[in-house]
Amino acid sequence: MTGDTPVTPSAAGLAAGGPPEGDASPAHHAAAIGPVLSSTRRSFFGVLVGAISAVVGALMAVPLIRFALDPVLRGGGGADWYALGSTEELAAAAAKEPVRAEVSFRRVDGWRATTVKQTVWVTLGAKGGLEVLSGTCPHLGCGAIWHGDRGRFVCPCHNGNFGRRGERISGPPQRGLDPLPLKVEGGKLWVKYQYFRGLVADREVIG
Amino acid sequence: MSAAAGERPPGGEATVRERLASWLDQRVGWRQMMSVALDEPIPGGARWAYVFGSGLLFVFVNQIVTGVFLAFYYVPSADHAHTTVSFIQKQVTMGSFLRSLHAYGSSVMVLLLMLHLAQTYVYGAYKGRRELLWLMGCFLLLLVMGMAFTGYLLPWDQKAYFATAVGTNIASEVPWIGGFLKRLLRGGNEMGTLTLSRFFTLHIFLIPAGIFAAVASHLFLFRKAGAAGPPRPAAEVRQLPAATFFPGQVFKDFVFGIGLIVMLGALASARPVSLGPAANPADATYLPRPEWYYLPVFQFIKYFRGAASVLGIVVIPGVVVLALFALPFLDRSPERRPLRRPVAVGSLLLVLAALVFLGVQSAVEDRRDPAVRAKLEAQEHEELAYAKEPFTPEENLGPFAGGGGAAAAAPAALSPDAAKGALLFESEGCSGCHGAQGHGGGGLFALVNLGKRFPPAPLTALLHAPRPDMLQGGMQPVQLKAEDMQALVAFLLSPQRDAAPAAP
Repeated sequence: MTGDTPVTPSAAGLAAGGPPEGDASPAHHAAAIGPVLSSTRRSFFGVLVGAISAVVGALMAVPLIRFALDPVLRGGGGADWYALGSTEELAAAAAKEPVRAEVSFRRVDGWRATTVKQTVWVTLGAKGGLEVLSGTCPHLGCGAIWHGDRGRFVCPCHNGNFGRRGERISGPPQRGLDPLPLKVEGGKLWVKYQYFRGLVADREVIG
Repeated sequence: MSAAAGERPPGGEATVRERLASWLDQRVGWRQMMSVALDEPIPGGARWAYVFGSGLLFVFVNQIVTGVFLAFYYVPSADHAHTTVSFIQKQVTMGSFLRSLHAYGSSVMVLLLMLHLAQTYVYGAYKGRRELLWLMGCFLLLLVMGMAFTGYLLPWDQKAYFATAVGTNIASEVPWIGGFLKRLLRGGNEMGTLTLSRFFTLHIFLIPAGIFAAVASHLFLFRKAGAAGPPRPAAEVRQLPAATFFPGQVFKDFVFGIGLIVMLGALASARPVSLGPAANPADATYLPRPEWYYLPVFQFIKYFRGAASVLGIVVIPGVVVLALFALPFLDRSPERRPLRRPVAVGSLLLVLAALVFLGVQSAVEDRRDPAVRAKLEAQEHEELAYAKEPFTPEENLGPFAGGGGAAAAAPAALSPDAAKGALLFESEGCSGCHGAQGHGGGGLFALVNLGKRFPPAPLTALLHAPRPDMLQGGMQPVQLKAEDMQALVAFLLSPQRDAAPAAP
């Protein structure tokens, strides 16, 4: 494409992103080259070298970027459903007071897998159905504990108080305890553990 | 497009570009830099024979880039190294490709070094006040061989482990300081996680730093001495018409360098490198074999046994390396034509022939012995089988795994009182701030060595009425029945609690 058309050397060099060899080319070298290599030919080489490097560089960049972005683009699997126990028994116990239960699930963290254990509370919702609350205080993430004598959940860290359905009563938390997705299957109550953003009034699942 | 810009009359787009170029030049001085970099005269003009040095730089850049990216996922610890390499190889997008580029790249580095050295040697290009340039090149040779040796261990699979065990054992043959050298390399008497840490540090910090410095000096000294040109008498070379480095030689270097990278890419995608099963130091039957470039040395030292082994491991290789370093001081004749230097060129051919012979001999011996052959084939088979297995993450279950609670995690070891306390520690929410079993972690407040710091009574008092700084940190006064408090204190003070591993 450049062919034998006369070219301003520096312009061609810059256009190719390659090494330009402008007006400042020392005269003594130019003399050594002689008339064999015209500035056109030099520019042509510059363009060619620049173009080849750009293409190969771009080709190399693709696998590198895909490699580095792998964990970003790989969707998080999320926790599996965990069976808490017989719906009947849990309902009977929760009718008296919220029942503490532990959910353990496997979390794959890159090249390692950890078993994470979290506390949840089984309680009766407003309509009398079973509900499972995350035991993590929506303030700063301490564990809220049921205090039967006071009839409320209390977070020991900063004195957040919640009612028996997890609703906020007093203290720094901006919302009640977070309900978790659940299902009933084969007479058992299953729960899927989730993490929520703390320190905000609106619930937002973050993992 | 550039042609069109050139045809435009003055005052068009080109002028703006011109002005921008001048503006930059006045501040950066790039025109002079470009001139220095590109207008280096080459006596006799560009040749394909001169491309090996630049080729090394291309592949070295490939090693840096792929190496830095591999470090995104690699963990240099005996516990995790193999898992993370397996993760890179089997799970991460393009991981196998990048690792293969890096691994094949190291072989290509060694190959190019040999070619670069042979070309310089045959052309007599170390002559004419180029002693330091040559010395720096020899130093780079050692550094690159060091990179190959240290990098080989990092995947921590069977062959990496056992090849390095043999390699570091060789160091102990050095008279007087051998034992110390071996311990220095291994970070102790035995191979282990400290060996891996040391090799990692050498491979990604220390040796590369040395290579950067040595390459800079090598290039500087090369430019100072000037390109040597074809192997002819100095007077003749001076008469040759010179061509500048750009464009002819730059173009050849680029074609070669880019060609190498493309070839590496093709090789890495067609035949990705494999990864064997994790290193098992207890496996006494594993037959290690080094990479191809260390095979001749491996074979050579087989011929020296007992007291003579110091000869094969230290003296003879040492003399060869010393002779290589000293070459420009030993060979003072200005003659550069290879055919007029029968001793020099002959000894190079002799050494090359010996290396090839030793390498081939090593392979032949492995094939000839049926037991060795069967074992090597079995190892290869094992490696391929492992490579085909899907990736399995490392399980970090921690003391609370399996849903059994604290009592299950620290079983019979805890007294009944302390076991009850462990449950209270959980149910009272203490673990919310102090971590599982009070081990902290993740920014939590760990409770360490309480047994050595508190008798039961003061600790009970402290739990009832925490100090102001504790209250400041969010600690709440503990309100429990006397017997529960006693159980909690028993748990906190139990040595088993301190000894139990921290939760992940």
